[in-house]
Amino acid sequence: MTAGVVGVVLVSHSAEVAVSVAELARGLAGGGPLAPVEPAGGAPDGGLGTSAERIAEAAARADGGAGVAVLVDLGSAVLTVKALLAEGDTLPPGTRLVDAPLLEGAVAAVVTASTGADLDAVEAAAAEAWDYRKG
Amino acid sequence: MAGQTTERDAAFVAAWLTASADAVRAEADRLTELDSAIGDADHGNNMRRGFTAVVAGLEKERQEATGGVLLLAGRTLVSTVGGASGPLFGTLLRRAGKALGEAERVTDAELKEALEAGVDAVAQLGGAALGDKTMLDALLPAVAELPDYAAAARAAEAGAKATIPLRAHKGRASYLGERSVGHEDPGAASAALLLGALFQVSR
Repeated sequence: MTAGVVGVVLVSHSAEVAVSVAELARGLAGGGPLAPVEPAGGAPDGGLGTSAERIAEAAARADGGAGVAVLVDLGSAVLTVKALLAEGDTLPPGTRLVDAPLLEGAVAAVVTASTGADLDAVEAAAAEAWDYRKG
Repeated sequence: MAGQTTERDAAFVAAWLTASADAVRAEADRLTELDSAIGDADHGNNMRRGFTAVVAGLEKERQEATGGVLLLAGRTLVSTVGGASGPLFGTLLRRAGKALGEAERVTDAELKEALEAGVDAVAQLGGAALGDKTMLDALLPAVAELPDYAAAARAAEAGAKATIPLRAHKGRASYLGERSVGHEDPGAASAALLLGALFQVSR
């Protein structure tokens, strides 16, 4: 599990939000080689919601053998990822639901993963985003 | 007929899910109406899409094991519903399916135990408890009445209705605070449909 780079999957109820947050995180991660960042937004019919299939596909694309950090927005996104992890065979081995705010956590996760850090470090960096106060 | 010695096979479980799909289809508009009051007005459509896919999946991949039917149905709900009810109802069925495993015939007592395990898994996944105005308010009193299918169906129905005066503590409805009071929880209403379907096929 030490080879390769940790991948990041961003799950939102909105396809546009997932794509945009991925773009933002890549942009703020700066130059140099970037960790894989895959958006998985929207319901199976393309509307607002969560698609297990899109999440599984995004995780497969993001998987480079070092684990996949999945960040989610809320509600069915959280529950769907947890349910998929419980199934045990739909997500790549080493896939983890990271408890972090989606946007701030995504930036931290992508920056950290792009340094070649392992999944624990990526998870810790994303979770640290909870401590980022704005007022 | 709900005797302790009655055995149920995969066809029985499949018939339950087919009857559930019929009930969900018939009540989809009511479920969406309930969800438009305190949710995002997609519950009926989501459940209809999910259960329609369950029936199609079971027709395509005939299962011989009781657990196999529930595992396939649960997996299908997780992947097709698109809302929180997908992973929640999916987990209910999947965990129950895991408990029944490869058994081709199970007793009513074993089915009760499996559904209890499923309901426990739902509580764990969603982090909800009795009285939070969720599907658990219908499921928990219902599985306690099993293997008396009629009593379980009545308990689920009563549990769903009992969510009306409750304040939501989970999901999108919880953002509404006091304004969630006075509406039946759509997930509990759907759970009552499933228990009603189970009673129907058990007779």
